Amino acid sequence: MGTLGRARLAAAAGQARTLGMDGERRASQALSSGLPEGGAGGESPGDGGPVPGSSGSSALLQAEVLDLDEDEDDLEVFSKDASLMDMNSFSPMMPTSPLSMINQVKFEDEPDLKDLFITVDEPESHVTTVETFITYRIITKTSRGEFDSSEFEVRRRYQDFLWLKGKLEDAHPTLIIPPLPEKFIVKGMVERFNDDFIETRRKALQKFLNRIADHPTLTFNEDFKVFLTAQTWELSSHKKQGPGLLSRMGQTVRAVAWSMRGVKSRPEEFMEMNNFIEMFSQKINLIDKISQRIYKEEREYFDEMKEYGPVHILWSATEEDLVDTLKSVASCVDKCCKATEKRMSGLSEALLPVVHEYVLYSEILMGVMKRRDQIQAELDSKVEALTSKKADTDLMRKPQPIRELNLSEVTQQDSHPSDFRAKLTEEIGKLEDKVECANNALKADWERWKQNMQNDIKSAFTDMAEENIHYYEQCLATWESFLTSQTDLPLEEASEDKP
Amino acid sequence: MEQAPPDPERRLQPAPLEPLGHPDAGLEAVVGEEVEAARDEGSGDGTMTENNFWLKKIEISVSEAEKRTGRNAMNMQETYTAYLIETRSVEHIDGQSVLTDSLWRRYSEFELLRNYLLVYYPHVVVPPLPEKRAEFVWHKLSADNMDPDFVERRRIGLENFLLRVASHPILCRDKIFYLFLTQEGNWKETVNETGFQLKADSRLKALNATFRVKNPDKRFTELKHYSDELQSVISHLLRVRARVADRLYGVYKVHGNYGRVFSEWSAIEKEMGDGLQSAGHHMDVYASSIDDILEDEEHYADQLKEYLFYAEALRAVCRKHELMQYDLEMAAQDLASKKQQCEELATGTVRTFSLKGMTTKLFGQETPEQREARIKVLEEQINEGEQQLKSKNLEGREFVKNAWADIERFKEQKNRDLKEALISYAVMQISMCKKGIQVWTNAKECFSKM
Repeated sequence: MGTLGRARLAAAAGQARTLGMDGERRASQALSSGLPEGGAGGESPGDGGPVPGSSGSSALLQAEVLDLDEDEDDLEVFSKDASLMDMNSFSPMMPTSPLSMINQVKFEDEPDLKDLFITVDEPESHVTTVETFITYRIITKTSRGEFDSSEFEVRRRYQDFLWLKGKLEDAHPTLIIPPLPEKFIVKGMVERFNDDFIETRRKALQKFLNRIADHPTLTFNEDFKVFLTAQTWELSSHKKQGPGLLSRMGQTVRAVAWSMRGVKSRPEEFMEMNNFIEMFSQKINLIDKISQRIYKEEREYFDEMKEYGPVHILWSATEEDLVDTLKSVASCVDKCCKATEKRMSGLSEALLPVVHEYVLYSEILMGVMKRRDQIQAELDSKVEALTSKKADTDLMRKPQPIRELNLSEVTQQDSHPSDFRAKLTEEIGKLEDKVECANNALKADWERWKQNMQNDIKSAFTDMAEENIHYYEQCLATWESFLTSQTDLPLEEASEDKP
Repeated sequence: MEQAPPDPERRLQPAPLEPLGHPDAGLEAVVGEEVEAARDEGSGDGTMTENNFWLKKIEISVSEAEKRTGRNAMNMQETYTAYLIETRSVEHIDGQSVLTDSLWRRYSEFELLRNYLLVYYPHVVVPPLPEKRAEFVWHKLSADNMDPDFVERRRIGLENFLLRVASHPILCRDKIFYLFLTQEGNWKETVNETGFQLKADSRLKALNATFRVKNPDKRFTELKHYSDELQSVISHLLRVRARVADRLYGVYKVHGNYGRVFSEWSAIEKEMGDGLQSAGHHMDVYASSIDDILEDEEHYADQLKEYLFYAEALRAVCRKHELMQYDLEMAAQDLASKKQQCEELATGTVRTFSLKGMTTKLFGQETPEQREARIKVLEEQINEGEQQLKSKNLEGREFVKNAWADIERFKEQKNRDLKEALISYAVMQISMCKKGIQVWTNAKECFSKM
């Protein structure tokens, strides 16, 4: 019940966003009614959830939750989720320990509702006769009712993440699913399980799961829950339950067919979106390259600087009168060297992963765009079919030259063309809904994504600027104190020299 | 200060513009348009010699460089750079400077001057010339002698050389140096007429030749060792510095790419656009700031290079001393053997092998008259030898005394200059850091407004 209730809450509150999920399911499952009702329909006495697709706003889930809390009926349903009422809110930064996160209580005007905390750590190597692979420990802490416990610990390998991503994409073709770190090593690393690579991957996997947890729709996905909670063997059997290989292949074939037809007319806003995505992709890729290059140059600078200080020490050995000065210079250079090392690590922690994630995001966006186009193309082709069918039927009344018939039309052609047309009209109706849901889902998620992107980019670059400021401040202090010591000394020396 | 062995031709005749130096005397520099703080040779006034009539200050500057073409010794077309040397005398009272001399010289003439000074003042640590070819370059500088940056740095180096010579207590009085500043035409001939090339000990050129000195002066051995180490460590430092500069250049310049991309990206962003655009501008500023920073650092490198070359000058003095010592020992040895010969002849005993002894055995004894004659010749030679040895000894002692005085002077100058250079390096770093803080603070503000 909890799950359904949640879905209803999400559906009601998230409006068009989550309808995509429910809407699609209905389209594939039942052809009974015409238009699918709001999420509330069919599951609880329709008490007038918002009409589907009416507003497609990007209002945060939380705000709607607050509104609904005033509704007594809804409160009862969610008695288990009293935590919602507590308005626990947590710092938006990535928590290091799930337990510490839950224990934090902070009251804000707009509380960040976070009741699911995930960490990924402890990479371990597993060797079997067939292969070697790495698993990561996933710890989940939650206060959600639909979870059987408040804490889970499981082990997952990269393949499992891939599976999860695939399931999410299938369930929500026009939502922006967060990116996974790359499958393969990008630039010729010999050892596949290089420590840096594993650490980078681990961080990215953690980010991936937390992004899903933060997503208003995806966070309630069933496969996501299974991923976080099921034991390894449970997961394996769950994986097998999904749509079989053949049906997946069928989907792929259809998808290719639609994409080959091309999109007749993409709505204006999606044209704009597509343009943005293309430009953004180009720019973020460049920024990624530039940032990586900066890191490389800083590293090489650091390597050379390491030698610079010691040369002065060497020199001080032959200069009796300049020993102190030279040794001071050496120590300053070494301090600056350390500062530059810190700057480098700041760059690699704050900026590079963020930029790289958005490089991957840009590919995902293009994929989402394509899938939206495919859904529309599916509708368009059926509409076209209907139009041509109508034309055919009209023509059929007149003697016709033999012409090539569409195979599907031939097979479906029966003695009752009106039945066929009716069926087609019905399908078109469903597809229209599907397209509308898909579009709305994408639009809402797009706004959310853009907002997040802005924040992430802004904070990543601000951090980088901060690192640089800090670096220069440290170096400045070092050299200034050297200068003070050197300009004070002559007074001492002068008095010492006088016999 | 002690003077070199008297030679009327070399000594600067009393002339109105003759400056006398004492250790702290300096000649003010007018450095073209730039003022080089690190190059201050001391702020003392040049005071008059015993022969001057009024207090005068001399200002020497190498104010311009010009590309010229001409025909060389083999009548082939060549391009070279000529440098304008201007000498000003300053009236003490009102501080007005009056241009007294101005002429053009090329690098090879500077070299000629220096070689002359090396020969005539063997006990002096002669200031070095700036490098002939650009070394220890990092990638931005070309090794081309015609490159304007190189020419500019060389101009400053040549001026520095002249100032060093002019402020040296002994060298500043040299006539040839005076003529170098004042007599454009014919100067080369005048130098060559001194015959200094002949005087130059060719053995000095043979760098690898070792002269087995039986009683080396410990101080000079140590000095030679020091000069080797100085040369080695400064070379090392300059090499590392060049690599560091190269890398630093890379770091700064890559940031410039952000500027372009941010600007392009800002075109598609509504809210972030302005922030991105202005942040991009700051990235451009950051990237271009490295050019000036490294230009300044190049001056620092030049200061170090001067002492790299000074190490050679030190070694030259040690070498000359070594040769002197060697000659002395050879002369002493020669004298000792002659004395022994004489003794043998007088006493009739042949203790040592000698040609005379052999021929005596072969051809018979010589007559007493013959022996007398020979003894007399030897005695004359011995006398002469003793005189020579005495004067050589004196010369040697004078050399050591003078050389050591100049070395002490040099040491103090070196300590002052190097410390000043290191301090100026710190000042440069501070300036670089301040610029960095400013740019990144501006950028951060732009980012936070996105």
